[in-house]
Amino acid sequence: MHRRGVGAGAIAKKKLAEMSKQLETFKTHLEEFASKHKQEIRKNSQFRVQFQEMCATIGVDPLASGKGFWSEMLGVGDFYYELGVQIIEVCLALKHRNGGLITLDELHQRVLKGRGKFAQDVSQDDLVRAIKKLKAMGNGFGMIPVGGSYLVQSVPAELNMDHTVVLQLAEKKGYVTVSEIKESLKWETERAGHVLDHLLKEGLAWLDTQASGESQYWLPALFSELSSQDVTPEEANQMVP
Amino acid sequence: MDRFLWSSGLLEMNETLVIQQRGVRLYDGDEKAKLDVGVVLLSTHRLIWRDLKNHECCMAIPLSQIIFFEEQAAGIGKSAKIVIHLHPASPNKDPGPYQSSKFSYIKLSFKEHGQIEFYRRLSEEMTQKRWERTPVSQPIPTGTGSQVTVMSAWWSICVWSVWESLHLTPLPTSVPSSQAFEDLSKLMEKAKEMVELSRSIASKIKEKQGDITEDETIRFKSYLLSMGIANPVTRETHGSGTHYHMQLARQLGDMLLAPLEERGGMMALTEVYCLVNRARGMELLSPEDLVNACKVFESLKLPLRLRVFDSGVMVVQLQSHSEEEMIASALDNVSEKGSLTSEEFAKLLGLSVLLAKERLLLAEKMGHLCRDDSVEGLRFYPNLF
Repeated sequence: MHRRGVGAGAIAKKKLAEMSKQLETFKTHLEEFASKHKQEIRKNSQFRVQFQEMCATIGVDPLASGKGFWSEMLGVGDFYYELGVQIIEVCLALKHRNGGLITLDELHQRVLKGRGKFAQDVSQDDLVRAIKKLKAMGNGFGMIPVGGSYLVQSVPAELNMDHTVVLQLAEKKGYVTVSEIKESLKWETERAGHVLDHLLKEGLAWLDTQASGESQYWLPALFSELSSQDVTPEEANQMVP
Repeated sequence: MDRFLWSSGLLEMNETLVIQQRGVRLYDGDEKAKLDVGVVLLSTHRLIWRDLKNHECCMAIPLSQIIFFEEQAAGIGKSAKIVIHLHPASPNKDPGPYQSSKFSYIKLSFKEHGQIEFYRRLSEEMTQKRWERTPVSQPIPTGTGSQVTVMSAWWSICVWSVWESLHLTPLPTSVPSSQAFEDLSKLMEKAKEMVELSRSIASKIKEKQGDITEDETIRFKSYLLSMGIANPVTRETHGSGTHYHMQLARQLGDMLLAPLEERGGMMALTEVYCLVNRARGMELLSPEDLVNACKVFESLKLPLRLRVFDSGVMVVQLQSHSEEEMIASALDNVSEKGSLTSEEFAKLLGLSVLLAKERLLLAEKMGHLCRDDSVEGLRFYPNLF
């Protein structure tokens, strides 16, 4: 008879049918798990971390799609996708001031504030995971390690190692000078100037020529607490000569 | 301390995590080990210790090596400790942090407490001796950093220590109920089976492409989507091109026409994401759902297109707004005003600054505009060359 039936195609069809069946079984298991632990996942950020890590280990992305089982039955999807919306909105609202760079701490505080008193708790790990998902939409969402934490970038400004290192240097005081860069990093004036110019152009740094002594390059992303009154775009433009 | 073996810290198939405690320093006998404070983990089979900051520094002792153990009370300026007496190391033992030691016992110093619970759990494990009943299927790896593939059942237990090594907000020390953790582990086992099955199907598909119908391929993709498994055949993520995405694409086609017109025919994908999800309220779209839906606009002959600029910015734009038109109108605007910055152009058209900049860059790329890049900003002029 036909030997073709024994080919790889036939085996694939059989396995596909098997997978369909197993999928139904798995769905039941997940439903059972959800009925017992859905609340705990919603409330306990550590449990969420464990859950995410385990999924990653076995090669499953529970946040890939809102149509996925994990999202539908455990409700993890809506939690992170909504967080994504809130993150985008906060970043957009502050972009005119900080050029699209914000500390994870500030982002965390503002997101929490926006969510209101009765909303579910959100940890920094939750933010990090939501941001990772946002990367799929282009637009330069990224995280830069600075100090003990991160700066979240939400614009496609190109930031290489030189820029990052200067950001890290500025982290302690919120500003940096050419001399400080030359002394700490042992760079020439030209290299320091190049990096600072780029940061100015991208709107990530402001130049304060009124400072006593040397001009200071301020990074609004790093000194948000100082300006409790929000700076308007016009004021922001005035600071750059 | 010479009983310790280097370890990857990943658990074996039948090995379960019992308890872990951070803020623990190791002692070689009575002397502090030349290590920092770390996390100690107790599993059904081993005692594992990992450095908080450098999580590649990880070591373990099989529980079978423990003879007995006792508590040592805290004192003034001294943390409470558990003293663990060990059988001698076997001569052909795998390498560890110490070649030799004059002591046959170690101490765990609990700088952040937790010793009472840890002692209790250790007693339980040492009484039950679960490692004897459920031998691990493969020898526990002495990790050198060469990691295990996703295919095998390694649970990651480095969650908390990796987390803390990132110096982010410290997690409260209350552990999720062990029942929850156990249920989660069992669930993951079953999920792992699904992953393996999908990979074996994928390899069969690769071998004989012709024998699977298109319908069946779409079915397969939707299974992957449900489970959140990356498509192993084409390596496109998570079943793009399923019926779900086509349905979404049509919905977006309806929903976005008016907003796009209002915004000059173009919207950043992140803006679309917020708009759509705010409107939905629940059963939200994931970023990937949105991207995958936008990718099928063209094949469904919808009047929208997904477009990626050189900078990586992704937008949805109206099909009716052709590229030539956009560039021509940009040139007109700039010529009329003499020169324009992104902000000025944005204000003129009612576009976001980001997208205004992209249009100017595009016109520049096509040779119609040239730039003046100074510290005062980026300004575009008609290219007279």
